Amino acid sequence: MSNENPSDLKYTTTHEWVRDNGDGSVTIGITEHAQDLLGDVVFVELPEVESSLSAEENCGVIESVKAASDMYAPLEGEVTEVNEELDGEPELINTAPFGEGWIFSMKVKSMTDVEEMMDADAYEAFCQE
Amino acid sequence: MSEASKDQASQRTPLYDKHLESNGKIVDFAGWEMPINYGSQVKEHNQVREDAGMFDVSHMVVLDFHGKDVKRFLQYLLANDVAKLKDPGKALYSGMLNHDGGVIDDLIVYYLADDFYRMVVNAATRVNDLKWINQQAESFELEIKERDDLAMIAVQGPNARKKAHSILSQEDAFQASKLEPFYGSQINDIFFARTGYTGEDGYEIILPNENVAEFWDQLLASGVQPIGLGARDTLRLEAGMNLYGTDMDETISPLSAGMSWTIAWQPADRDFIGRSALEQQKKEGVKHKLVGLILEEKGVLRGHQKVITEFGEGEITSGSFSPTLGVSIALARVPFEAKDQCHVDIRGKQLSAKIVKPQFVRNGQSVV
Repeated sequence: MSNENPSDLKYTTTHEWVRDNGDGSVTIGITEHAQDLLGDVVFVELPEVESSLSAEENCGVIESVKAASDMYAPLEGEVTEVNEELDGEPELINTAPFGEGWIFSMKVKSMTDVEEMMDADAYEAFCQE
Repeated sequence: MSEASKDQASQRTPLYDKHLESNGKIVDFAGWEMPINYGSQVKEHNQVREDAGMFDVSHMVVLDFHGKDVKRFLQYLLANDVAKLKDPGKALYSGMLNHDGGVIDDLIVYYLADDFYRMVVNAATRVNDLKWINQQAESFELEIKERDDLAMIAVQGPNARKKAHSILSQEDAFQASKLEPFYGSQINDIFFARTGYTGEDGYEIILPNENVAEFWDQLLASGVQPIGLGARDTLRLEAGMNLYGTDMDETISPLSAGMSWTIAWQPADRDFIGRSALEQQKKEGVKHKLVGLILEEKGVLRGHQKVITEFGEGEITSGSFSPTLGVSIALARVPFEAKDQCHVDIRGKQLSAKIVKPQFVRNGQSVV
């Protein structure tokens, strides 16, 4: 099976992806694998802009027709932007999980934490386990 | 393998391979390997509301009752009265209660002849139902046959009957087309019933295991799409139909589960199981009722969320997002006096919801 996960992203064990924006901030969404497990997304409870999050803190909820699923902050930092398009079009998470379905951006405390996360190959291996 | 683990081994219906062919995502449901969806639950939901879909419901249990005491027995066993069934083929929805008036199961019973009734009960309650029914039947002269040789497909949607007719012989199609709502009829090898669990027109079709895969393929070729258990749940929720084990169970009175209409109080001398308990409850006053909720804010209602009304608290029994209405809806058990507005506690936030009759969609149209 080919690896559908973009190689320029980092990944968490809770199926979020993290993009290093190169300016001390990262953008976060959920993976193709995660959206497939969730099914049709109908509502996203986004974190609040300017809120401070610690790593692994519960910071939002993705509701699909099937179930509610908690979202976790992959890193410590402060929320700088949320994807307000998801308010009207939560299904973007299903149709473009790595693109228009991004969820929020945050300024992270330590970029080394990002480097230590799983790369696409490691994440793919993790999903196959 | 021990006996116990053998019992728990998951079972497959004769359509299991068909689900895989259509990319069904398989999950465990009451010990059965069933498709939860074939890609998108919402698309499947809309397919049934707008056109035609089919569900494998072969895991449900078909019981045939033969014998001279059958009518008398069912009048004792069920809270609804099979004496209402005068025309052959007519179906009746009923609760089967315990002596405390709790709901053991909900079911459909068909009157086929004076000495022959057919019952369809839930898969999850199979063992318990059979044990209960056999216990109650001891002093009656009748034979109960569990029809494991039969499979069942529900074909539902505005175009479901037309598409089903298109795969039948002209004569069989003509016979099926004459069926009135809530009637069933044996047409050659196939039992057609104009019943369902979606709020749409259609059939529940019972046929021999060995023929069901071919029948499924023919329906597929006629444009009937396979629909998973996920959409089955949102469809029945929109239709305001109870799900056993979720909206009611053995600890819940039918009077608090939106099932009052299924209790036949007349004739007053019909002594069905649970009657005296229900009469006592009525005398003391029923404290809860089942209502529909429509969430007025963003979010999704789910089972077990707390409902806050001015008359006290209640609980959501089943909730989801309604693809047809585009908002979240639920069934909830609330204090009997509650009306108009309430709040639902979702992760610590109190969101406002409207209290409505527990029915949201019928024949593709909103009824709220």
